Amino acid sequence: MTLAAIDATPVLDAALGAWHLRFRRFRTHRAGMASLVALVLLLLFALAAYPLEWLTGLDPDMADLLARFDPASARHWLGTDEAGRDELLRLMVGGQISLLVGVLATVLGGALGLAIGLVAGYFGGRADAVLMRFTDGMIALPLLPLLIVLGAVDLTKLGFSADLAHSGAAAFWRIVLIIALVDWTGIARIARAATLSVKERDFVRAARASGAEAFYMMRAHILPNVATPIIVAFTLTIGRVILFEAVLSFLGFGIAPPTPSWGNMLNNAQELVTTAPALAIYPGLLIFVTVIAVNFLGDGLQHAFDPRSQP
Amino acid sequence: MARFILRRLLQALLVLVVMSFVIYNLIGLMPGDPIDAMAAGNPDMTPEAVAHLRQIYGLDQPLLLRYGHWLSGAAQGDFGFSRVHARPVLQVLMPALLRTCELMLLGFVVAVALGFGLGILAALRPGGLVDGLIGLFAFAGISVPVFWLALMLILLFAVELHWLPAGGVADLGDGGFADRARHLVMPVATLALAGTGIFIRYVRAAMIETMRMDHVRTARAKGAREGRVVLAHALRLALLPPVTVMALHFGALFGGALVVETMYARPGMGKMIYDAILGNDYNLALCGLLFATLVTLLSNLMADLAYGWLDPRITTQ
Repeated sequence: MTLAAIDATPVLDAALGAWHLRFRRFRTHRAGMASLVALVLLLLFALAAYPLEWLTGLDPDMADLLARFDPASARHWLGTDEAGRDELLRLMVGGQISLLVGVLATVLGGALGLAIGLVAGYFGGRADAVLMRFTDGMIALPLLPLLIVLGAVDLTKLGFSADLAHSGAAAFWRIVLIIALVDWTGIARIARAATLSVKERDFVRAARASGAEAFYMMRAHILPNVATPIIVAFTLTIGRVILFEAVLSFLGFGIAPPTPSWGNMLNNAQELVTTAPALAIYPGLLIFVTVIAVNFLGDGLQHAFDPRSQP
Repeated sequence: MARFILRRLLQALLVLVVMSFVIYNLIGLMPGDPIDAMAAGNPDMTPEAVAHLRQIYGLDQPLLLRYGHWLSGAAQGDFGFSRVHARPVLQVLMPALLRTCELMLLGFVVAVALGFGLGILAALRPGGLVDGLIGLFAFAGISVPVFWLALMLILLFAVELHWLPAGGVADLGDGGFADRARHLVMPVATLALAGTGIFIRYVRAAMIETMRMDHVRTARAKGAREGRVVLAHALRLALLPPVTVMALHFGALFGGALVVETMYARPGMGKMIYDAILGNDYNLALCGLLFATLVTLLSNLMADLAYGWLDPRITTQ
């Protein structure tokens, strides 16, 4: 049966389930749909680094000081950067890093926030008071200066070996973890509020009365019913995390060169503005387009999940 | 009321002490220490001299003991010496703090004015063309990386058009009001944009919600003019959610100021903290970060007080 036929069969509507209806509402949100397409294209752009490397034999990290600031050519489609590296390939690989940091830090921070919010909302009382005071305290902190201090911590002083501490992987996971550690408060508050609103409903009380354990209760009954606001919050957090990664890497406390990220490709941008402005424009433009698309996607999801919104 | 403020101030003090402990330890974990920085600039320093200096500065003691010393000094108003500036930390911080406050307040005022103006305008006809354009502007403001926006403004207005200075506080030998104002245009615009975007979205949502309420309909039924209905009846109730966001925005505003000051080479708190972290200036970095925390905590307190005034149903108990 075609989709149009399903649409025309009202009896089946109920059986299609909430998610189908939500998707249908999402499709009517033009900015959200456009953003979804843009994000898929950006992802394909970042992944195109693999075929490009394979086809041309270029290496994103290999400097060639004889080819600095080369203009666009058949070999280097967007020219080369200040170290003679292929700009296009570095934009693609940098995109993989920036997007991956955005998703990973959001998932980790989101899981932390979700756990704190669920526990606070479900158990209430003293646990709630302690956790929420802690959350309020975190919200009051100036995040960027704090992230800079965390990004500046010398891992060898924490007992890691010098090789490990200065490796690219350490820089990557460090930035993922420190952003996750500070950016979970919004999701915790949303999870708590949503938990409070469902936990006194009859089906939850019935399950509790029949002896369900707290963990099972949260997983089986609370979580599915607080999913929609959380998904929206996750989406919006990804945008913010990508911006955090960009500014930290730009300031020199994030992804460490030679590994590219859209943020650290702008490290020398203040000088490049006068000499090679295009190099200062590309990475920032990609960050901007990605984050605005993520934010519009979140807006579209919110629209789709809100039953009061017009289809 | 007085008890509420007192209790909140005590809570803020507690958060500050906890933060000072956390930051003190984190700063101790940063690469190198101040003596390394001194030794690096002076080839005559022997290892013995380095060890001696460490002893004089107390850097050979355990971190916890050093923190205890710092805290008891701070309790008596002594926040230590800045290594790079060779002056007491407070003397270094105060002028920088004033300059940052100037930037933050101007940025905040511009963001609030634009946020309310455009937010209300968008809410008058939700779904219309004006609403769509304002929404796009708001999303752009939220999504643009602040440092890159600064770069692009410098590229356009300083490098290409030569309309505005690329950085600094004032031209050498000038420093009059007009000159200082010219140097503020790009930093304030850069700083204000993110806040503007956020405020537009909250003001718009809150206005649309309140415009549907009974008391607004009653006001219209009485024959009140539309301008009065919007500004006097709907806006006051719609102020609540944006006010929360505005207070919480101070933390982000400070982060923005740090980036803006670094990009436009303005010697303020943000740039000072950044340089202090890079230059192992422990005391300065610590006090700068604590000041930033204090500003955010106080702005949150003011938001709570504002609630009571905006909505008498909320009591400050």
